[in-house]
Amino acid sequence: MFRNVAELVELATSRNTKISEIMIEQEIEVTGRTREEIIAMMDRNLLVMEQAVERGIQGVKSHSGLTGGDAVLMQEYIKKGNFLSGETLLDAVSKAVATNEVNAAMGTICATPTAGSAGVVPGTLFAVKNKLNPTREQMVSFLFTSGAFGFVVANNASISGAAGGCQAEVGSAAGMAAAALVELAGGTPEQCAEAMAITLKNMLGLVCDPVAGLVEVPCVKRNAMGAANAMVAADMALAGIKSRIPCDEVIDAMFKIGQSMPSALRETAQGGLAATPTGRELEAKIFGIPLTKQ
Amino acid sequence: MKYKSVFDIIGPVMIGPSSSHTAGAARIGRVARSLFGREPKWVNISLYGSFAKTYRGHGTDVALIGGLLDFDTDDPRIIKAIDLAEAKGIKLRFIEEDAVTDHPNTARVIIGDDKGELELVGISIGGGKIEITELNGFELKLSGHHPAILVVHNDRFGAIANVANVLASHQVNIGHMEVSRKEKGKMALMTIEVDHNIGQDILDEIEKLPNILKVTKIVD
Repeated sequence: MFRNVAELVELATSRNTKISEIMIEQEIEVTGRTREEIIAMMDRNLLVMEQAVERGIQGVKSHSGLTGGDAVLMQEYIKKGNFLSGETLLDAVSKAVATNEVNAAMGTICATPTAGSAGVVPGTLFAVKNKLNPTREQMVSFLFTSGAFGFVVANNASISGAAGGCQAEVGSAAGMAAAALVELAGGTPEQCAEAMAITLKNMLGLVCDPVAGLVEVPCVKRNAMGAANAMVAADMALAGIKSRIPCDEVIDAMFKIGQSMPSALRETAQGGLAATPTGRELEAKIFGIPLTKQ
Repeated sequence: MKYKSVFDIIGPVMIGPSSSHTAGAARIGRVARSLFGREPKWVNISLYGSFAKTYRGHGTDVALIGGLLDFDTDDPRIIKAIDLAEAKGIKLRFIEEDAVTDHPNTARVIIGDDKGELELVGISIGGGKIEITELNGFELKLSGHHPAILVVHNDRFGAIANVANVLASHQVNIGHMEVSRKEKGKMALMTIEVDHNIGQDILDEIEKLPNILKVTKIVD
């Protein structure tokens, strides 16, 4: 059983196999389920993700009216062809947004690792699908690789916004996606870890400050940028760029930053964007509370 | 290791918008329902920390009630759970508490009917995963690392040995076990963590033993 990223990479490298394979084998050992059962369970999660992306890029609207429709706007913008960054990157942004817009509308999603950060992993996967043409099996493997890195973060730091801020949610999701992108693109286990480290380093300190306590503002757009961050970090790792701080130490830093974050910035809607004049106005409007009572 | 399965990370499949505040809350409600064994007539829920501050926005209240109506995290009926419960005549009360708890996402669920009541404290630790820290005044120290069952029983000789025998006969190894009681000879609680998942058949077999009142699986 691996306890940290170093052990995970060492296991995969010494046995000349992929991170996803190590995760599957560990799951068999821990749960006693067969490989076929485990793959079928993950395939079901993949299907839920696919349906959420499809629903989101058709356009949804949340009950509060705060979010919805941005995935559509981005798809239309991509079609016009005059974008500045890149098509795959923007497609990932659109699909990450799509998933979170469905989540905000109380639709069905698969938490990866949480619901508030559910857009990043599927967003990047379904964007690179058009470029890399993965088999269904490779797409399922993508989720196992993401899961392996998320597993380390969850056990050694946190994946809860209430405990560790948004860095623990979208930050973790982006790191997981970056690592899985590298494996899918043919990178080494070591490069997966570099991609995770590079991504997470750039998410450190991100606070959880949802307006009105809703998983909408700024969560949906943070998923967009988490996906973009993951794509760029994956390319950096594949280019051979390394993180000066080892991945496990970055995760540890994230944990300690989360511990020292004030409660107002950990999913209580008491600080940050939630406490801005506009944030407060939106909250008052949605819940019908006079501003003076807040 | 708090998380042991890849499906704690990639999953659960759930109704949005928050894994800890919606899916986790639904699971806390469902454990309470499962331990109570029937639909309650009234529900009092105290919310602490982030739960107290943001429950309306996250649908924590509807999710807890959804769980109490025995809905799973991906059941679309969760969205309408409060309306459904009220239509059934269940009395609901939510209390926003100021007290600071060990974990920011804590809920105290007290449910009951004319035959009895149940009180449970649950925490939602992230990604939809929960831990139960208190049941009817019994403090639980469940690590959440392993599959676990709760056995409510009469405090009589042999009750513990009988449960251990059933587990042994199915080759289930006990990793950690605690027994607590409030008063000698009255109701007691066994908390048993095992190494492998336990099927419903084993739970049913334990429940049929003398002096065993209720068996519930709380961690998969």
